[in-house]
Amino acid sequence: MPPILKVTNLTKAYKGLTVVDHISFQVDEGEVVALLGPNGAGKTTTIHMLLSLIKPSEGSIQVFGQELFAHREEILARMNFAASYGNLPYNLSVFENLNVFALLYGVSNRRAKIEALLEEFSLTRFRRQRTGALSTGEQTRLGLAKAFINQPKLLLLDEPTASLDPTIARDLRALVCQKMKAVQGAILWTSHNMREIERVCDRIIFLRQGRIVAEGTLEALRQQFEKQDLEEIFLVATAGPPEEAARPA
Amino acid sequence: MNHRHIAAMLLRNLYLLRRSQYRAFSLFYWATVELFLWGFVTLWLKDIATPDARVNLVVTVIGALVFWDLFFRVQQSVTLAFLEDIWSRNMLNIFASPLKARELVLGYILLSLLFGFISFGFVAVLAALLYALKIWTLGFYILPFAVNLLFFGWALGFIILGITIRYGPSVEILAWSLPVLVQPMSAVFYPVSILPEPLQKVAQFIPTMHLFEGMRAVVLEGRFDVSHVVWASLLTAGYFALGIGFFYWMLSLARQRGLLSRLVTD
Repeated sequence: MPPILKVTNLTKAYKGLTVVDHISFQVDEGEVVALLGPNGAGKTTTIHMLLSLIKPSEGSIQVFGQELFAHREEILARMNFAASYGNLPYNLSVFENLNVFALLYGVSNRRAKIEALLEEFSLTRFRRQRTGALSTGEQTRLGLAKAFINQPKLLLLDEPTASLDPTIARDLRALVCQKMKAVQGAILWTSHNMREIERVCDRIIFLRQGRIVAEGTLEALRQQFEKQDLEEIFLVATAGPPEEAARPA
Repeated sequence: MNHRHIAAMLLRNLYLLRRSQYRAFSLFYWATVELFLWGFVTLWLKDIATPDARVNLVVTVIGALVFWDLFFRVQQSVTLAFLEDIWSRNMLNIFASPLKARELVLGYILLSLLFGFISFGFVAVLAALLYALKIWTLGFYILPFAVNLLFFGWALGFIILGITIRYGPSVEILAWSLPVLVQPMSAVFYPVSILPEPLQKVAQFIPTMHLFEGMRAVVLEGRFDVSHVVWASLLTAGYFALGIGFFYWMLSLARQRGLLSRLVTD
């Protein structure tokens, strides 16, 4: 079975500045993979390339065994994303926003699907409320409800729980993982919250200056870097030039 | 082409219209204010005109205003629908969805047709009630006139979208300023011969100038000037192709240069 996501030699350069530098990785069915790195490491550029917002300078992106840019609409209909900076229109109500995106993602039986998502993400009582009037936590829940509107097999999450309180963040993490597990879907997850990554991810990829500097399961990384705490591993793995950072401390 | 995607673009903007009284209000407000303003000017001109002038001022001035509003509304509907998604930081959701560029274009065109004709219908009825304006005085000319105005409105709208994609939301002022720049050279309320000679030369390349000159030929001389219609249609077709082509080009350039991400995060 082909991996759900396969990235080969992916590179993005702007006028001589290489933002993402020949990275290769894959995400398999049912897997949750973290993409970690300091600010400017190339995480969001990578996510935006995977969403077809940015065309790579080199390399290929295969999703569900097909080239992303050759089968863009077909692939995007089966994946989705949520990002802390990707708001939904603030003038529309919660229900209206989900209804628009249900149409965009070609969802059948829209009303029932939306009602179920409102229930799951505890948004039922806000269904008629303007999105702009929701709290940050409620807007994040709405963004995630939108990300599940088409029952995606691949979910891209760019710091989805940033600015949430620990209880809401925990509940949302559990819900997201449970829903993706139910469809054997894969998640690529970026976050600066190391506890979150420790709890949900099967595998971790560290990026620094656009390059992959370390990769593996949490256990493998602990052994490689001889450190138990993911935050400490992060600090070591992403410090210094990439060549050095890849070496264990 | 997926009809659901197009319906989504329409629905998103219809919801917005329902939710935002300002948007609904602006569909009628500006045209109504202008109708009163130019209406008073027209009444005054009628009073001071010599009896032998015999110019149908209501059709030449108010009629021109009603049709100019159609052009302006269509252009604004396209541009503001796009800007609205930038302002609400929704671009990421739109461009990362399975929506195709041609579905986005068609969605905006249908939306602007709807808004354009709502506004046009309202202003035409109001002008008929207030000034006894009979638009059908223009006869068959209404058809090429309206069609060309629609296409030129779309052309200008998509050119502005292309520039917005390329240079970011900071150029949003073009949404309002570009049609205003085109208006004096379109000779909407006066003959093109009034313009200084260099501007008359520039005006030859503006389809709306030919359309409004043609309109005056019908109203004032009872003459259907085919050459104006032909020139207007050729220029409109050129600008429309340019507008759509430019929009697609900028979209492709934006994907290469990461400009869509800037629309998302700026």
